[in-house]
Amino acid sequence: MSIEKRAAKPPNRLLFFAAILLPPRFTPMSVRYDRRYRTLDKYRFIAGFLAIPLAFYAIFVISPFIQAIYYSLTDWSGGPIANFVGFDNFVKMWNDERFWDSTTTSLTLLVIAPVVTLVLGIFFAYMITAGGRHRKGQAISGVAGSSLYKVVYFFPQVLSVAIIAVVWGRVFNTNAGLINGGLDLVGIKGPAWLGGEYGLALIAVLTVICWSFVGFYVVLFSAAMGGIPKDIYEAALLDGAGRGTTFFKVTLPLIWDTVRTGWVYMGIQALDSFAIVLVMMPSHAMKVTPVFLYERFREGQFGYATAIGVVLLLLSVVFSLVVMRLGNRDRIEY
Amino acid sequence: MSTSTSTRTESRQSKTDQVKVQESGGALNVFSHAFLILWTLMAAGPLIWVAVTAFRTSSDILNDPMGLPSSLHWANFANAWNQAHIGQYALNSLIILAGSLTGTMLLGSMAAYVIARFTFPGNKFVFLLFAGGMMFPVILALVPLFAVMENFQLLDTRPGLIIAYIAYSLPFTTFFLTSFFRTLPTGVQEAAMVDGASHTRTFFQIMLPMAKPGLVSIGIFNFLGQWNQYLLPLLLNNENESSYVLPQGLATLAIAQGYRGDWGALFAGLTIAMVPVLVVYAVFQRQVQAGLTAGALK
Repeated sequence: MSIEKRAAKPPNRLLFFAAILLPPRFTPMSVRYDRRYRTLDKYRFIAGFLAIPLAFYAIFVISPFIQAIYYSLTDWSGGPIANFVGFDNFVKMWNDERFWDSTTTSLTLLVIAPVVTLVLGIFFAYMITAGGRHRKGQAISGVAGSSLYKVVYFFPQVLSVAIIAVVWGRVFNTNAGLINGGLDLVGIKGPAWLGGEYGLALIAVLTVICWSFVGFYVVLFSAAMGGIPKDIYEAALLDGAGRGTTFFKVTLPLIWDTVRTGWVYMGIQALDSFAIVLVMMPSHAMKVTPVFLYERFREGQFGYATAIGVVLLLLSVVFSLVVMRLGNRDRIEY
Repeated sequence: MSTSTSTRTESRQSKTDQVKVQESGGALNVFSHAFLILWTLMAAGPLIWVAVTAFRTSSDILNDPMGLPSSLHWANFANAWNQAHIGQYALNSLIILAGSLTGTMLLGSMAAYVIARFTFPGNKFVFLLFAGGMMFPVILALVPLFAVMENFQLLDTRPGLIIAYIAYSLPFTTFFLTSFFRTLPTGVQEAAMVDGASHTRTFFQIMLPMAKPGLVSIGIFNFLGQWNQYLLPLLLNNENESSYVLPQGLATLAIAQGYRGDWGALFAGLTIAMVPVLVVYAVFQRQVQAGLTAGALK
């Protein structure tokens, strides 16, 4: 059959509509090569492929997010009735001492954890990419066994936060933990890390957060540093720049975009240190805002818990904006 | 331009430089190795401690936490597997993961393919909808999600948990795969269509195999994310202890064993949970590192 012949004979209207419901393989040729059918087939395919993913996404992700905004303004306690109460939940939060206690802890983590983690991450990444012995004709060289270091540093990233929290709960244990056991060997009686003293508990949580994420940033930053062309380092070396100068004047500015993204990401992680605190801490030692939210939810204060969630979202948005503004530098193309 | 003179001075200068740098390089090399090894001990230390201590009896551990096992006390592993139900939890995790990972990859790649390769009204909107979902923390949706699941009678059921995993993995999966499908050549797709393959067939037999590198990266990302998930099961799968997934079961066990003082079983349980993941990671380290850092680099 030639193409002209097919085009000359428009398909039967009935056959055409039947073809909408048929899979292409059973559709007659005369219909299949019709232009209108092709458009229709395309949209049928698009709708078919998007329907289930979009439905799942809309019902279980988008709609809860939108409902959250509404429920934060109600006194909902899980039943069918939710009375609109305006900003009562937020006023209650303002006057709730427990909210301020947990949020102070969360904010402390938000400020300290990213700085410590990123500094360690950049330091180790630079050691790995540039700390090696100079080889002939190379301005910069990595240390031996760099991939081995990266593999080990990355370990915590592949483990569940719940498991990390259980492990560290044992490590910090007062009587039979790794840390106090080690202190015992040198004759120091270790304190009760998770036993209720706020400062020690904070140090413990910070340690765990940093421990979990340093490896991630070492991999991320050493990939970014590896992307810097070697001739820039050669030029710096020829100009007589030392290691320190090279780092602060060449490496850091060139990976700054990655650092800033990592900073935002790490801040959001620190704000959401839910599992670590919930699993590792006895509840009286310290709380963070997500744990406070979860406890209100378990008590059935659904409206109040949702309002706390909204505040958490606002905190992370404000943090991201501040970091993006503070860390704004001219982008360097290379 | 006197090229010859400039090269000569340059070479002389670089020679003196090299001598100087080599000296400082040696010192720095030792210094950097010292720090790197220190952190290696920090990173692996707690994990090694848990794995070694898993072979000791509970009373030994409580007497001397730093000691080495006097004999291999395998009973801890049997206790963990049977009495502490680690075996059951691992099986639950596997069943959930089988459903959720398949679903995520299938639905994510379908949506991504359509968004990347077809022009239709609302294309951009759908893309932004998925991309926007990445920015919201799950904890914000916690309470309403619980209610939605309850309405659909999906609370404390396996399908419910699987659907939740899929739904919350879709934004990043779709976002990542959309940009991946965009990089594939258009010619192959057109050729398949000219040869009479349907859209569906083109997708499954031509485009999916071509997208394999992207699928592997995002597959590893989702595998680890879903296997390690703690918040969603805690919220949606909290009623019945026999249906707990692995991280959930271990967290519960940690509290229970803390009271009973049976540390041996807990350490064995942790080891059982950690070792397979670490082994898989050690084998596929390059892909895993690429997969997990892909999100931050995009």
